[in-house]
Amino acid sequence: MKAKLFITLMIVFPFWGLSQNCDNTITGKVTDYHSKLPLENATLLIVGTTHTVETDAGGSFLISSICVGNYELEVSHPECNTILMNIVVQEDTTIDIKLEHHLEELDEVDVVGEAINDKTNSASEEKLKLPTLELYSSGTLGDALRELGGVSSLNTGANIVKPSIHGLNGSRVLILNDGVRMQDMEWGDEHAPNIDINTAGAVSVIKGASALQYGGDAIGGTIVLEQAKIPVKDTIFGKTLISGNTNGRGGTLTSELTKAFGSGWFAKVQGSYKRLGDLEAPDYILSNTGIQELGTSLRFGKRLFTWGWDVRYAYFSSEIAVLRASHIGNVDDLIRSINNGQPEIIRSFTYDLQNPRQEVKHHLAKLHFYKRFEGLGKWNFQYDFQSNRRFEFDVRRGELDGRASIDLELTTHTLSTDFKWDAKEDHQMHVGLLGRYQENFPNPATGVRRLIPDYEKFDLGAFALGEIQITDQLLLEGGVRYDFTRIDAQKFYQTSRWNERGYDTEFQDLIVEDLGTSILVNPVFDYHNISATVGGKYQWEGEETLKFNYALAQRAPNPSELFSDGLHHSAARIELGDLRVDSETSHKFTASFEQDFNHWGYSVEPFANWVQNFLLLEPSGVEFTIRGAFPVWEYRQTDARLLGLDFSAYANWTKYWKTDHQFSLVKGQETDNNSALINIPAANFRNQITYSVPQWKNFSVSLESQYVFRQNETPDNIMVFSPEQQQEVLLEINTAPDAYHLLGLRSQMEFPWAGNKKITTSLVVNNLLNTNYRDYLNRQRFFADDLGRNILIQLKFNY
Amino acid sequence: MKTIKFLSMAILAGSFLASCSSDDNSPEEINEEETITTMTVTLTPDGGGTAIELKSQDLDGDGPNAPVITISGNLAASTTYNGSIELLNETETPAEDITEEVAEEDDEHQFFFVTTGSIDTVTYSDEDGDGNPVGIEFSLTTGAAGSATLAVTLRHEPKKPNNGTLSDAGGETDITQTFSLTVE
Repeated sequence: MKAKLFITLMIVFPFWGLSQNCDNTITGKVTDYHSKLPLENATLLIVGTTHTVETDAGGSFLISSICVGNYELEVSHPECNTILMNIVVQEDTTIDIKLEHHLEELDEVDVVGEAINDKTNSASEEKLKLPTLELYSSGTLGDALRELGGVSSLNTGANIVKPSIHGLNGSRVLILNDGVRMQDMEWGDEHAPNIDINTAGAVSVIKGASALQYGGDAIGGTIVLEQAKIPVKDTIFGKTLISGNTNGRGGTLTSELTKAFGSGWFAKVQGSYKRLGDLEAPDYILSNTGIQELGTSLRFGKRLFTWGWDVRYAYFSSEIAVLRASHIGNVDDLIRSINNGQPEIIRSFTYDLQNPRQEVKHHLAKLHFYKRFEGLGKWNFQYDFQSNRRFEFDVRRGELDGRASIDLELTTHTLSTDFKWDAKEDHQMHVGLLGRYQENFPNPATGVRRLIPDYEKFDLGAFALGEIQITDQLLLEGGVRYDFTRIDAQKFYQTSRWNERGYDTEFQDLIVEDLGTSILVNPVFDYHNISATVGGKYQWEGEETLKFNYALAQRAPNPSELFSDGLHHSAARIELGDLRVDSETSHKFTASFEQDFNHWGYSVEPFANWVQNFLLLEPSGVEFTIRGAFPVWEYRQTDARLLGLDFSAYANWTKYWKTDHQFSLVKGQETDNNSALINIPAANFRNQITYSVPQWKNFSVSLESQYVFRQNETPDNIMVFSPEQQQEVLLEINTAPDAYHLLGLRSQMEFPWAGNKKITTSLVVNNLLNTNYRDYLNRQRFFADDLGRNILIQLKFNY
Repeated sequence: MKTIKFLSMAILAGSFLASCSSDDNSPEEINEEETITTMTVTLTPDGGGTAIELKSQDLDGDGPNAPVITISGNLAASTTYNGSIELLNETETPAEDITEEVAEEDDEHQFFFVTTGSIDTVTYSDEDGDGNPVGIEFSLTTGAAGSATLAVTLRHEPKKPNNGTLSDAGGETDITQTFSLTVE
């Protein structure tokens, strides 16, 4: 034994001695982390030396004549991330190196704000990148999303903007904020998503329910907001953005700072504050339309390639004043407002936020962990918590004026986990599970009967998705998802309403307590929903791509559709839910064809969406109270059909001149009688001409024209009895406003500042010609014109 | 090892979630504090005599039932009546007198009277701190015998002063009720 050791030492030692003379070799093999296949043509470089070699077809390499010592080895491959590794050479060394092949999937490596993954392969998808989002720093998420084809918004004034995809909004549009599905009472028309646009690094819109990993009920589509990516290296960087608006006489300040370490640790803080006073239409001040918003977020964690975790907390609070003239008493007040053509209340400009107004506070906390398994894939686990508190203040009598009329607290806990097998080049699998608990508490201190009752909601979901690359050109994908929803509510009904709805014959067993004029009931409803998707992508050799997708989606009714019952002052209407409504089922087909030539390109995306049991809220009659007559809006189910088309094209005419063109059209009808659906966006046409000269401090200026057609397909108006006029009158509640054309201007320049830092200046003018217009999808169109000219100046500091 | 740790955390968090769901307290009933259920217009003949009561009562507020209107009798021709209005919230026990609240905020409220037929004039008998009419007290003069209607509307935050018409005043309607009357 000892002899053997001695001999070995005797043999090795001389070489050791020689190796001091720099005669060591490094050998090894470079392989793909996932597939474990050898990588050819990977370059290895010993940093600070001229030693550089490439791998052969088997992935092997040999570097010779290496001195003993510590080195940094840089390994790169055209399709992979470059890695740096420390090696200690004391003798001939063999190392195996694994490179990450999925460059685009490695969040932590990419530069901030660039490279956003597609969420599906075959659905119609569009993205907004950081530079566009930054221009909307003092606007809303909904405003920014309107830049995309097929995306519109349902507004209540200018500050409450609900995104709408292919004509559908609210509960039919899922919003994923950094992997967390927003739970913020999206059921209400006048409830905007509680998101600070300044926290998002990029936004993707999937126009359909194809991204089943996020939920199965996205009959309209899914909006995915992602955080800017943080690099794994020792660095600190930040950004401050100041915007000033002339319309509203205020602006936004937002700032963020990121610190990252080469060891994978990182932390990011962000904050923004927005303040605007009364907004202005071309001819008058829109009294009581100011806004105050505060958003802060903190994020930290550790991200390595093989595993990592991160924690994020975000707080968002907004206080939004609602146009004073839009708060009305009864149907006669509404008729008067529609006929007046000008708001009844116009006061002088103020920053005060008076009643009616909304106050919302949203907390979001998330804990996310992931681990990669070599040769298999990535496992994610996430817990998130959300708390949403909403106050709505009405104009009330006496001391009640300071008390909210609506005070709701929605608390949601979600646990989710998923595993994605992505080791193989030609196929992938993705499975996941979700559990969610939600509680709604309407505070009785309002002194107003609850519009949304106390409820608890339980969700369980499971999905499996797969994709397979059939040939170099063709990729197919598919998936299924199952969701179980239980809603357990406790609600007081007026006895008269309970009987009028016919619940006394159908739901008598739900009664917990009969209090004479009112009844306490405990409805517990279960919904089992299946969703599925199948689609494909075909890429020709040239620059053509064809995508096609079918998505089946089912959505359980939301609390508003089930339980609403009461007077909605802002709309002067009585809204009635229905305990009998069932899940909606949607069959949506989308296709997209894209072609790119050297100087121009276009894409066409037609879609067809058939929805069974489509839930809609529409006027059904009139009820009389001592306050006068109110139109009754009832939820009703029907079969509907939405057909549409998004078209976009661009052309680079010269080095400096570029034009962009966009057209979107949606038609929504009930299938049995072809009558028009309510709140379907009108066709619109956008054209933009841009002149840019990169060498002039990245100068660019563009002029944008937006033409919105008149919506000619609306439901019929209703006849109501006017107590004031003592006769039946036509209430033009569904008549759409005229078509309009708006011009806008944008200009931008960049100035380097202290080395690699820079300042970007932007000038944006909206409604350049100060045009008077009203939009069909603005719920305040009955009361006032839309916004007049706004000049926005923005300064951005990157440091 | 880490995986196991996280899995156990997941299970822990899950059981925490499950434990959240075990409160089953009944919600508290809300009494609408703002609803006006009842408006009583009392018309007392100027020279004395039996007062006529016009009443509109809507006990389920914004519920499906329409208000119930009762009129205690007919008006006499060519007579001046002193009118007064009382507003109640009868969903509370005892009923809450809303008239007092309106009187306290008289600068933000005004009753409007629109008549047809055999009513000659309605004039305000009270005013707010700025000298503008309120209408809790008023006087009504009938004309020749025949039929008539009296529409009483209470507006919150109307323009004040106004020219006495509903359209000029604006504001939000808190109450509006039309009474069909006979003048004999």
